[in-house]
Amino acid sequence: MEKEVQLEKDKNNTKSESEEIWFRCSACQELIYRKDFEKNFKVCPKCDHHFRLGALDRISFLIDEGTFEETDAGLRSVDFLGFKGAKTYLVSLKQAEEKTKLKEAVITGIGKIGGKPVAFGVLDFDFIGGSMGSVVGEKITRLVERAIENNLPLVIVSASGGARMQEGVISLMQMAKTSAAIKRFSQGNKPFISILANPTSGGVTASFASLGDIILAEPGAFIGFAGPRVIEQTIKQKLPKGFQTAEFMREHGMVDKVVHRKELKKTIIQLLTFLTEK
Amino acid sequence: MRRFAYDFERALVELEEKLDDLKKSPSVQNPEIAEEIAYLESQIEKLREKTYANLTPWQKVRIARHPDRPRTLDYVEHIFHDYLDLHGDRLYSDDPAIVGGFAFLDSQKVMIIGHQKGKNPKENVLRNFGMAHPEGYRKALRLMKLAEKFHLPLISFIDTPGAYPGIGAEERGQAGAIALNLFEMSALRTPIIVINIGEGGSGGALAIGVGDRIFMLENAYYSVITPEGCASILYNNASKAEEAAEALKLTAESLFELGLIDGIIPEPLGGAHRDPHFVSLKLKETLSSTIKELVNIPLEHLVEERYQRLRKIGFYREE
Ligand SMILES: [Zn+2]
Repeated sequence: MEKEVQLEKDKNNTKSESEEIWFRCSACQELIYRKDFEKNFKVCPKCDHHFRLGALDRISFLIDEGTFEETDAGLRSVDFLGFKGAKTYLVSLKQAEEKTKLKEAVITGIGKIGGKPVAFGVLDFDFIGGSMGSVVGEKITRLVERAIENNLPLVIVSASGGARMQEGVISLMQMAKTSAAIKRFSQGNKPFISILANPTSGGVTASFASLGDIILAEPGAFIGFAGPRVIEQTIKQKLPKGFQTAEFMREHGMVDKVVHRKELKKTIIQLLTFLTEK
Repeated sequence: MRRFAYDFERALVELEEKLDDLKKSPSVQNPEIAEEIAYLESQIEKLREKTYANLTPWQKVRIARHPDRPRTLDYVEHIFHDYLDLHGDRLYSDDPAIVGGFAFLDSQKVMIIGHQKGKNPKENVLRNFGMAHPEGYRKALRLMKLAEKFHLPLISFIDTPGAYPGIGAEERGQAGAIALNLFEMSALRTPIIVINIGEGGSGGALAIGVGDRIFMLENAYYSVITPEGCASILYNNASKAEEAAEALKLTAESLFELGLIDGIIPEPLGGAHRDPHFVSLKLKETLSSTIKELVNIPLEHLVEERYQRLRKIGFYREE
């Protein structure tokens, strides 16, 4: 039925308009009504494929409406190494800003989830692969320190390719910096709930994202340390199907739960209630 | 046997081999031969200076990877005494890519951990070229905790191309193992001295690299990604590793300028393998004086300073 509608519209050469209303799911190839898709938290209503979510969508899906107050919004990356790649770091930053309308790969702030105040951070993969450079490291660290000061639970949603190459070894050191902050946080009695979205890899997985008291993951999300291409080149064989997915990581004991996006907020509230109330 | 040489040092190494041959010749007393030896020696001296005095970052990376470069256990042997090696993570296995144990630095008891590469192809297979699995990082963590419990300063030797990217490594939680070490090292209640003796390959290096004082050997490198990996991502061409090495600012000099390390330990021209005893001596001087300094700092202060050291790493502006 829906397919027929689509074909009809294609024939009438109104493709651009139809693309706004209907689109084909990249996972199951079914035609999806965009409004259903939006209502379904950007999960395919036909096959449950979890589409990548931007930081702003994540905030609107998880944080109670009108309660989010962004912190450290003015932090900006600088090209302190004068990095010479195929394009300069400054060009990469500018393109990422235009693409995402964000200023950096992470948004941090204080908001409420189910009426409970939390220190909340979310990475955006579309901003230079959600990579962690000085600004991401500093904003995460300040968020953790703010959670310590105000005795708040900490919730961070990760989606990242790892460290930001254009900041060289300084980006590597953000792994140690953020992990040290989480260590301090862990000496208090508030939970850190780490949520791994698609994809979480490299230096972010190998630092704060793996240090949650509770680690949740979204279905089908890529989660790992090394990228599949690097592993295949190293071991000179093909990787098994389903390797380094959220489900694989849960099976191997690295993740507490794989939670459907429409259940995510409810699960976080359940955890916060259990862990922070008498 | 011909000696290993990179392209940029081949001319020099060939001359050195020629000199070796001459010195071994039965007619070495012959005045003509003696004259040629003297001449060669002066040529070699000049060429050595020319070859090594101004190494590019990429050349340094290659020296850091030199097959004859002294490994962690070479320094352990030269610098410490009564080394007692310890094994296993008590969870899964013993990873030969990471070594560690008790030792004395003169009269000071210490705990040593470090990546260990092989000295030959066979040992390199056993040691997985110094690329640890999660069990290696967990063994290191176990030894760190022992150091804390028994009030032993921890000395950590970094020398790895990176954490191993493999199926088993992922299945057993490579990322989590590295993260946990960063987490625990940041607050470990004992002095930690870190020495990068060769390759500082990304998270796999940092996983035993959080400390109160951090030093690098002159030709060691420390990088967020291998120059080859960076080149294949940023330039779509792994052969541009030379450019990537330049861009990544990965030399000891660059790290010192960035304020990430406390000092650079000198190597002889051409690299540590040309005179391991000299490097060991320099390393020992640094370790001895640094331990004396650190053991006098109250632990509360030490751990606070370690946190602040990490806390201030980063370059950004605020609008
Ligand atoms: Zn679908």
